[in-house]
Amino acid sequence: MSKRMIRLLALGAASALALSLAACGNGDEQVTDPTPPPVAGGENGNGNGEDPVPPPVDGAELDILIGTSGDAETASVQAAIDAWSAATGHTANLRIATDLGQELAQGFAAAAPPDVFYVSTEAFPGWAENGSLLAFGDQLDATFYPALMASFTWDDTFFCAPKDFSTLALVINTQMWSDAGLEEGAWPTTWDELRAAAQTLTTDDVVGLSFGPEWQRVGTFMAQAGGGLLDSAGNADVDTAANLTALEFVQGLLADGIAAFPSAIGTGWGGEAFGSGAAAMTIEGNWIAGALRNDFPDTPWVAVELPAGPGGARGTLQFTNCWGIAADSDNQEAAISFVNWMVQDEQQMQAARDFGVMPSVTTVADEWAAEFPQFAAFIRGGAYAQGVPPFQGISAVIGEFNAGIDGLVNADLQALLAQTQGDLAAIQP
Amino acid sequence: MTVQASVGTTAAQAPRRRRPDGGRRRLFSGRKGGQAAAGWLFLSPTLIVLTVFMVVPIAMAVWVSVSDFSGRGSPWDANFVGFDNYAQLLSGEGLPSRQLGQALRNNLYYVLLVVPIQTAVSLGLAVLVNRRIMRGRGFFRTAFYFPSVTSSVAITVVFLFLFSATGAVNRAFSMIGVNAPNWLADPRGLGHIMLGWFGVDQAPEALRASPLLGVSWWDWLAGPSVAMTVLMMMAIFTTSGTFMLLFIAALQGISGEVSEAALVDGCTGWQRLRHVTIPMLRPTIFTVMTLGLIGTWQVFDQIYTGTQGAPGNTTMTPAFLSYQTSFVDSRWGNGAAIAFILFVIIVTMTIIQRNVLKEREVSKRKRFAVLRAKDARAAAKEVAS
Repeated sequence: MSKRMIRLLALGAASALALSLAACGNGDEQVTDPTPPPVAGGENGNGNGEDPVPPPVDGAELDILIGTSGDAETASVQAAIDAWSAATGHTANLRIATDLGQELAQGFAAAAPPDVFYVSTEAFPGWAENGSLLAFGDQLDATFYPALMASFTWDDTFFCAPKDFSTLALVINTQMWSDAGLEEGAWPTTWDELRAAAQTLTTDDVVGLSFGPEWQRVGTFMAQAGGGLLDSAGNADVDTAANLTALEFVQGLLADGIAAFPSAIGTGWGGEAFGSGAAAMTIEGNWIAGALRNDFPDTPWVAVELPAGPGGARGTLQFTNCWGIAADSDNQEAAISFVNWMVQDEQQMQAARDFGVMPSVTTVADEWAAEFPQFAAFIRGGAYAQGVPPFQGISAVIGEFNAGIDGLVNADLQALLAQTQGDLAAIQP
Repeated sequence: MTVQASVGTTAAQAPRRRRPDGGRRRLFSGRKGGQAAAGWLFLSPTLIVLTVFMVVPIAMAVWVSVSDFSGRGSPWDANFVGFDNYAQLLSGEGLPSRQLGQALRNNLYYVLLVVPIQTAVSLGLAVLVNRRIMRGRGFFRTAFYFPSVTSSVAITVVFLFLFSATGAVNRAFSMIGVNAPNWLADPRGLGHIMLGWFGVDQAPEALRASPLLGVSWWDWLAGPSVAMTVLMMMAIFTTSGTFMLLFIAALQGISGEVSEAALVDGCTGWQRLRHVTIPMLRPTIFTVMTLGLIGTWQVFDQIYTGTQGAPGNTTMTPAFLSYQTSFVDSRWGNGAAIAFILFVIIVTMTIIQRNVLKEREVSKRKRFAVLRAKDARAAAKEVAS
């Protein structure tokens, strides 16, 4: 072959290779194999998955977009979709998002969003306000925890269905507890007992208590003291004596060296501090079970409810997501049917077994606590947990608050609370 | 005919030429016209792509920044609100303005430190690699250029691991007994740390006022945080290679005769670098600094992949703030406005830099001063001989 032919062929091969590499890039991953367990990490040439089950003539086809926590969640949701399809005759196409917020924003701006999707508490107020979400809370037949409903209520309308939630509890290293001479089962139930336990457990290598430098952990103390970010009417009320008491308590723990932020003891987060043995206790949520099982399987732990504050009230925080339906969706009835399927008791218990979440409906609380006794403290917290205030722009305000909590040891607490009150009041609808 | 009569019978008049196509002008006619048509044809794909993917989105973003677009439906349906979004950001009151102030402060220190250092480092590397007597030049050129070719996400992740609390860097420091900070979780500014050495630990009364974008003067003096320093090191590490190549190309354009002439005149190597090489590299230095300015003011990838603005908002930059404001807080007008404020800043700084680096005529006073000095020396020699 002449030199020219060789060069031409090489150029053609290179372009074909480049085009195919670009096509195999990061598009939306589609789950095309319905037989469990489906693998979410498959590469599709052009992103067009095929629906292996031919759609029934009169059934709707839903487009579902979720941000998954892993293969277990993907498989669980796909199995639920299949069961729902068999029961109702509709079908659904499950897509896993690489950046859920961005992909949903694209869908809303193009007026062609997915039918059903996850909504986080940070993104919810913005989308509720601009009319992207359908308010179908009154068409749900399930009893949710009031705090979860409050997280997804905007303008006095309950918008979407909380799919599950997590709360924070006090996780204690039982080995270190008994080694320090403390009585098994005599877990701290008040602030004084917590302080005393942390003092006893603190040694040269181990700090008694560790938690992240953020409202998402320190806020539990604010709730226990009777404070929080909002008052009972849902208005911003950060600059209170109760919150000041709570922050002073935390400041005292840090200053005395019996509590420390994870970064100060060479770890990334509370779970790592706890699992690696750098801290004897930590304040974390349900997810710590999976993390400890994967990374630190030898650390013996027990989760107990967080102690009560000076007024005798318990307090914790909850984090949740909901199933949202787009207002621009063409298949709203089928979508509502799907969400109702996902929040029914059996499906909530199944999801809990599949990927370890806590059901958001109160009707299965006892059944779940009986089946997962090690998580009993988490579900009991659901009764009094506080959530993220459903204001648009809340993540920026909490971010500013967290920046102040980072330097809590030397911070001017009054000024920090006043500044956060100003920020929160400014975004209050 | 009438034209000639009105102008008069002046002697030197160019004869009128007849067009080959009989006087009718067509757009792409004639031999040169065919080339013009081919040129436009070859340019059209790029023009179309640029228009669709750059010009139209930028126009839409300008519209979004002066509208109340909420994120649902097309931006063209939103209402015009004038400069409300910009006013809210530049007012100095409220969280959006304070966040912008912090982001601009962080990015300003990033730019002030990264651009000079990266220009100097890349120039130094280029000078080193360009020496004729150096062995393995090709290897070193490749090695220094390699970080620029690697994905910024990959390098960010590697640096996150290197600079973690128990990462390789801290272990190396502990082996020589130095207590290194917890790099990416340390929000203390270098400025504050240095002021702390002189005993200034808290904001003095005079610096507590915050007239500029809601950030107090004390916070403006904070300097880059320790976490930001890691990102700066990463930026210098990755971009020095690209600019080194630009400098190598420019250095190879300086003919060897100039260097020899400088040697003959009695320059040391350092003097040659300062007085001969660098002035001849002025256009390339301008290019490198402009590219550096534009790139550093737009830093986003490393923040998005790495720290996301943490710790304590000290690695927040305007580009990342614009993304966060739009996609997380759904405040699209403010997000677009931040992007255009950033654009104005970049253009202004580029113009300033261009004026500073412009070649100026040596003033007459200086020129004649040199000549007068030469005359004086010549006269002195005559007297002495």
